Amino acid sequence: MDKETLITQLKEIVKPYAKNEEALLNINENTDFVNDLKINSANLVDVVLDVEEQFNIVIDNESMERMLNVKSAIEIIEAKLGAQ
Amino acid sequence: MNKRVVVTGLGVAAPNGVGIPAFAEAIKTGTSGIRHDNELAALQFSCQIAGKPEVSESLQLQYLEALELRNFNSNGILYGLIAGIDAWKDAQLPVGADLDPDWDSGTIFGAGSAGVDKMREAIYKVDALQVRRLGSTVVPQTMASGISAWLGGKLALANQVTTNSSACATGAESVLMAYERIRNGYAKRMLAGSTSDAGPYIWGGFDGLKVCTFKHNDHPAAGSRPMSASAGGFVPGSGAGALVLESLDSALERGAVIYAEVLGGHINAGAQRGDGSMTAPNSTAVQRCIREAIKAAGVAPQEIDAINGHLTATGKDALEIENWSIALGRKGKDFPYINALKCMIGHCLSASGSIELVAAVLQLHEGFLFPNINCEDLHPDIAAIIDPEKIPQELLHKELNLIAKASFGFGDVNACVILKKYK
Repeated sequence: MDKETLITQLKEIVKPYAKNEEALLNINENTDFVNDLKINSANLVDVVLDVEEQFNIVIDNESMERMLNVKSAIEIIEAKLGAQ
Repeated sequence: MNKRVVVTGLGVAAPNGVGIPAFAEAIKTGTSGIRHDNELAALQFSCQIAGKPEVSESLQLQYLEALELRNFNSNGILYGLIAGIDAWKDAQLPVGADLDPDWDSGTIFGAGSAGVDKMREAIYKVDALQVRRLGSTVVPQTMASGISAWLGGKLALANQVTTNSSACATGAESVLMAYERIRNGYAKRMLAGSTSDAGPYIWGGFDGLKVCTFKHNDHPAAGSRPMSASAGGFVPGSGAGALVLESLDSALERGAVIYAEVLGGHINAGAQRGDGSMTAPNSTAVQRCIREAIKAAGVAPQEIDAINGHLTATGKDALEIENWSIALGRKGKDFPYINALKCMIGHCLSASGSIELVAAVLQLHEGFLFPNINCEDLHPDIAAIIDPEKIPQELLHKELNLIAKASFGFGDVNACVILKKYK
């Protein structure tokens, strides 16, 4: 899966939680979930659960902790998919 | 100097009406909100009728954002939000995410339990070793203070934000606690009220206790029969009621509509001694609670125009009437008017006191007594104490000055509120 496709899928996942619509529209590798998209930090766990469901992967606690932006999310998803 | 406290906003989510206009119309016309419940029937409950506010999805979206409704499964919080936000808006107070903290406004919004359906969901996941998949929504929907926390955020309440819990006395207690806070000058406005979850996991315990009626599964609207000779237990209900309490100074300054004045009241317990127990009231304590409430309000027992009773339609109704009669020193034709809202909405448990207080305030404000339905066969023990004409079975238009409202709860706890028409 290429980065573009991954970002498009991530965009759909974070859409219900994102409070900043403009940042969502311009989502890219450097987008931060809390600072840019204004996602409530409590909702980060929901984002992780939705990612798990979408990609059929399990994200461990350590990965979960650093999944705070698009870049780290892509790294984690790619690593998990690669390990399958 | 103690502040005078008035009611400036009302909101309700009741089985027979969601929103004040629908509710006011329903109680005046004696419209029952008790319906047959297929879920209770499927689960083989003895009592298969219940009272539940009707809340459509589009109505939910007026109180909760789409994101908040994701994985939302706590109907008690939903009812409380509807009643609480409505009351706040009714008082012309601001609502919204862009508000600054209002240090002078708080809430004491009671509940008997919180989010049992959500808790059930969580328990199944935890037991299936899926705790990591619970997500963010379990705690805010199942913590005991959930309803006050949700309201606090919606209304920018920055004074005390808490939840009280005293079983079926919860709603009356919340009003008295809010009253005290304003009277003492600690807050200008308090949203008082209470809510109760709906559904089999709340009502099951009462069905198991055999305190609910099983004789009216085919006649839901006739099922809740306070003061009736054929009363056979209460009908479980749910919903929420809310009252904005405000210092008279603040209300006048804002030019708010004043529905009634809270003169005061009393809260006590019977200590589960004498004829009191976990599930039954100690009559000495009930009488004392009523007398102390009247004393605190600075009025005389003879001045009480009407009583809004607790009157659940169990075997205890006649005892409650006797306790009122002894406490007030009034009987027969001299007894005040009395009515029991549970005839239309069932026993809304932790929400009962606040929904019934909303009805009592409406009665004072508009000058009427709602009809008691389902007591055409008045219990002879009640008729022996008070004149049947004091128990109106038709809507009665009447100027009222003072209403006493009492609620009694498991744990042998009591609360009595004295309301006055504001002049």
